[in-house]
Amino acid sequence: MSTQYNVIGTRPIRHDGADKVTGRALYGADIQLAGLLHGAILRSPHAHARIKRIDTSKAEALAGVKAVATAADLPESGEKIVDLGEGATPLSYIRGNVLASGKALYRGHAIAGVAATSQHIAEEAAGLIEVEYEVLPCALTAPDAMRDGAPILHEDLHTKEFGETTGKVSNVADHFRFQIGNAEQGFEEADLIVEREFHTATVHQGYIEPQNATVLWNNDGRVQVWTSTQGSFAVRDTTACILDLPVAQVKVTPMEIGGGFGGKIPVYLEPVAAVLSKKSGRPVKIVMSRKDVFEGTGPTPGSFIRVKIGAKRDGTFTAAQGYLAYEAGAYPGAMVGPGAMCVFAAYDIPNVTVDGFDVVVNKPSTAAYRAPGATNAAFATETVVDEIAEKLGIDPVDLRLKNAAKEGTKRADGPKYRRIGCVEVLEAIKASAHYNAPLGGPNRGRGVGIGFWFNAGLPSSCTISVNADGSVNLVEGSTDIGGTRTSIAMQAAEVLGITAEQVHPSVVDTDSVGFTGVTGGSRTTFATGWAAYEAAQDVMRQMKERAAKLWETDASEVKAEGGVFSANGKRMTFAELAARIGETGGPIVGRGAVNPRGVGGSFSGVIADVEVDPETGKTQIVRFTSIQDVGKAIHPAYVEGQMQGGSVQGIGWALNEEYYMDESGTMRNSSLLDYRMPTTLDLPMIETIIVEVPNPGHPFGVRGVGEANIVPPPGAIANAIYRAAGVRLRTLPMKPSTVMEAIWAK
Amino acid sequence: MERKVHVQTTINGEAAEFLCEPRQSLLECLREILSLTGTKEGCNDGNCGACTVTMDGRIVTSCLVLGVEAQGSEITTIEGVARGNELHPLQKAFLEEAALQCGICTPGFIVAAKTLLDQEPHPTEERIRWWLANNLCRCTGYDKIVKAVQKAAAEVNQ
Repeated sequence: MSTQYNVIGTRPIRHDGADKVTGRALYGADIQLAGLLHGAILRSPHAHARIKRIDTSKAEALAGVKAVATAADLPESGEKIVDLGEGATPLSYIRGNVLASGKALYRGHAIAGVAATSQHIAEEAAGLIEVEYEVLPCALTAPDAMRDGAPILHEDLHTKEFGETTGKVSNVADHFRFQIGNAEQGFEEADLIVEREFHTATVHQGYIEPQNATVLWNNDGRVQVWTSTQGSFAVRDTTACILDLPVAQVKVTPMEIGGGFGGKIPVYLEPVAAVLSKKSGRPVKIVMSRKDVFEGTGPTPGSFIRVKIGAKRDGTFTAAQGYLAYEAGAYPGAMVGPGAMCVFAAYDIPNVTVDGFDVVVNKPSTAAYRAPGATNAAFATETVVDEIAEKLGIDPVDLRLKNAAKEGTKRADGPKYRRIGCVEVLEAIKASAHYNAPLGGPNRGRGVGIGFWFNAGLPSSCTISVNADGSVNLVEGSTDIGGTRTSIAMQAAEVLGITAEQVHPSVVDTDSVGFTGVTGGSRTTFATGWAAYEAAQDVMRQMKERAAKLWETDASEVKAEGGVFSANGKRMTFAELAARIGETGGPIVGRGAVNPRGVGGSFSGVIADVEVDPETGKTQIVRFTSIQDVGKAIHPAYVEGQMQGGSVQGIGWALNEEYYMDESGTMRNSSLLDYRMPTTLDLPMIETIIVEVPNPGHPFGVRGVGEANIVPPPGAIANAIYRAAGVRLRTLPMKPSTVMEAIWAK
Repeated sequence: MERKVHVQTTINGEAAEFLCEPRQSLLECLREILSLTGTKEGCNDGNCGACTVTMDGRIVTSCLVLGVEAQGSEITTIEGVARGNELHPLQKAFLEEAALQCGICTPGFIVAAKTLLDQEPHPTEERIRWWLANNLCRCTGYDKIVKAVQKAAAEVNQ
């Protein structure tokens, strides 16, 4: 790239940095208000049960208890269908997940809420609520729930098949198909066909900060919410919808957020806290326990996947077929659509059929998790591709290069790629020091894998006002989970010709900025950065007019470059002109409101070296490199951070993490001791190679970096384990017992 | 409600006293009674390290310590790490190395890492990883955290 930038590509200190290393930053649970009550949620001990009776009288009688709420306190949802940014959904499902109505559909399903003068009293009171259950048999996996005669979760759920509603009541909410070419014919042209089945366990996003919400139902009828969320407008709209209020009667103030990864998009606590506040006349704060987080919030789907790929002797893929059954949890909406879009997305295959099944099971309602649905799918595909490479005697990177998706490749779900960086990622793998280094020990193996995530656009808003000292204030609506205040501010600074430090970014409440979609889909630096770019352009137009006024010339004569305005031999810096906006017409405020198309998908690759202990089956990551096409790295340090973080979540998913469920649907490892996420000691340094194939759809070429990096690790690690221990694993997690059983079965 | 207990202690070098219920954890006392909300709660059962503080120089997860146990002890929290307006080298290194993303685990990591550097000025990477293994971070993959601690160690030793 020949484009030279002054700010983009540098590594300034993040604007919220000092607050976050000194403990001053205020997260959701940190809020303190006069008269604040503390809340607790009673949750179902059964995975599937009819709620026959709820008696809250003992809880209400406990000293210190100020309010109790059940589903009966929420407005009836009727047949209403709502679209809150994640597709059309019956309101009854969204409401039903917040407080169970009629049936409890998973262990951990919220039944009632209590507000009291202390957390301890609230918890004690929750324990005094008497619930009579009729326990029902449960269905815990997609294959189980799809069986004839399986326990039915929703008696009103009619299977949708290929877009049409059928009369059939089942746990399959949706069966859809993506198709290009003719897979059957494609397989006939193949010299080699590999078809394998895969199971992946339910895993959790594992953010360190539990969900929380503080709500004041004010005396004027306005509902004020303080919460840590990925989308303050999503919280506003969902809460208003459940409470049957006009959207702007709810005001959401986003607090700092301690991780989300997709899991902090849904609303769990806000409507309950709102009802409790209305009843008690006081603000109510509810913070989940870690057990609540595991049992009551959306993990990512477990899945059953079948992948079949046909190839010619020279390695050319002729056809692919995928069968993806994903567990939605208690309500429809498993991320199987994206899974089906991504399963073969890294490859140029002329004949593809993908069948997707969205299956409800008696587990928590699933939520997005970093490239939702894609990691499960890529685990299957990348393992099969590796097996084909081995059988044909072709280097696994060369085989991928031969079939890599490129500009013009048509994906099974329809779209044709614009300029993408799949080939560049593979070439970077091949050229890397890591790929060409020796393994350095026995019982070691190296695996590679690649993956795709399409990234999102969605609306974003931003305003920029100019200060007399030459700095600007930037107001935006994207909650900042990983340094996006800075990556957004840097794009404004680049346009304005000032430094990143001269931009003061603020993330504000829903009354104070235009609608902005969730921080998700790797979209924030892309879309809200674009809004900042537009707002900065707007500022520059106005600044030029002011300079023109001072110089008595036409605004079109004024040029701006590197923070200096000039016309007819006269020059002024941005700061000099800013000091004079008062005398030239008053404040300058620029605005940017975008709903960008031009989203550029991101490809990611992994090189993983593992060592497998042949006696215990434990897999150690010895060396690990993440490679990703990010389009343009605005702040490379935080880009590397995204790649490293996604990689390590992928490593945890591959090797350790799972909801370990018993037959009754109880998660047996609902603590951070037993749900074993990677620690410092489990890992080496995570090497990164940033590939920059600019996205033609963004002013600075940004694609988005948050998600694609989690997609390849499980497949790459499975391939590495095969080379280390001689066993092909097709089940996640690849924990020691799974590895040992495979070694013994050899 | 149980009768409250009067606790006298030292927090970040200053005498402090508070009334708490016997069942309240030190974490609760710091956050809810003393408004020292820099110490975070991630799990409330000692497994994530977000609530790490030091008690008489030793690292503890404050969710597993009762408030009443703080009687007569010296507590250091994240609020006591910077010297006035001057950030501690660890805090600077965390910013320079981009060693935080969401930042919820950062106070715990900094308190834990400071205790290490106070005791061992030249820790190896392995030693740093061992020391910080009780602190979970879900955003960074730890790479930049370990590098920040290495950088701070180099600066402290200058």
